[in-house]
Amino acid sequence: MTTANFISQLMIPVFILFAVAYGFAKKVRVYDCFVSGAKDGITVVIKIFPYLLAIFIAVKSFQASGAFDFAKDLFRGLFIALNIPIEVIAIAIIKPLSGSASLGVFTDIVKTTGSDSLASLISAVIMGSAETTFYVLAVYLGAVGIKKTRHLVSVCVVSDIVGIIIAIGIVKFLFSLR
Amino acid sequence: MNTIWFLLIAISVIFSVINGRLDEFTKSIFDGAKSAVEVSLFLLGIVALWLGVTKIIEDSGLIHRLSNLFRPVISRLFKNIPQDHPAITSITLNFLANVFGLGNAATPLGIKAMQDLQSLNPGGETVTFEMMLFIIINTASIQLIPFTVIGILSDFGSKNPAQVVLPTILATALSAVFAVTTLFISRKIFK
Repeated sequence: MTTANFISQLMIPVFILFAVAYGFAKKVRVYDCFVSGAKDGITVVIKIFPYLLAIFIAVKSFQASGAFDFAKDLFRGLFIALNIPIEVIAIAIIKPLSGSASLGVFTDIVKTTGSDSLASLISAVIMGSAETTFYVLAVYLGAVGIKKTRHLVSVCVVSDIVGIIIAIGIVKFLFSLR
Repeated sequence: MNTIWFLLIAISVIFSVINGRLDEFTKSIFDGAKSAVEVSLFLLGIVALWLGVTKIIEDSGLIHRLSNLFRPVISRLFKNIPQDHPAITSITLNFLANVFGLGNAATPLGIKAMQDLQSLNPGGETVTFEMMLFIIINTASIQLIPFTVIGILSDFGSKNPAQVVLPTILATALSAVFAVTTLFISRKIFK
């Protein structure tokens, strides 16, 4: 575990050193070059901002209006019937929508059900194997001004749902082996 | 995106009326606006940082050499990217950052990859197949070891927090394969 952590920590410093040293050796004016590249960052973020705003407003109001709680209740019966801890519903719904909110929900599940419970394990795997899809879509498409997304969003939504089912299935299976 | 956004907003308004939470609704949209500014400011820093670094590897020609190096792996999936195009390098770097759980580097490098892919886009505002594939793989979260999750589990006294690593890798791999397959199948259908 610590080795893996160490390699991860090493990646960025080594990469930056390599990029700068290579540029310097090739007689690139690395400082001026860095600054001119960084300047483009401002334009990109200004382009992304309105998309982020739209997504964040929608997600926050969805949570605050009680629609999120209603969605949780909606799936409660199904989860009980399939013998899946009901705490998992919250993480399954919130993970594709918001990164910070899902981290909060996850911490809460670990706190209330214990760190080695089935609910915590399933939530942990969902946290690690699902992405904040709508944030990724907003940022990546917004950055280059794509408006016609064809069937991209539908494929993302279907994959999210299947991904969560896969995560639950795998943990249930591995847990039943013990 | 239009439909999803409309649904989220409409459902939220309807529910806040039913639940008598109009106050919370109004508060939440200002909250959302505030988060958008905070996240954008955070992004501004890291995106500028990484675009600065990638500009150095571009101007030194390193990006083309790396693209040639990474090409055998990436071109199996991304068939329409030319030989030593910078997109190959930025896509690879984004995947590596994702695999090693370097979230702060993954997003800026992903933005760079999107810009490089956009330079190959004849349609301007229409998403290309390569972009869809790139985004799909990103939303499948190809992460090897979920450090944040393990951190939280061990903070709350898990005896063996690393036990989530294997199921996470399995779930990620399976859902990534499913997502990519779905995309390839849907290309046949929607063409």
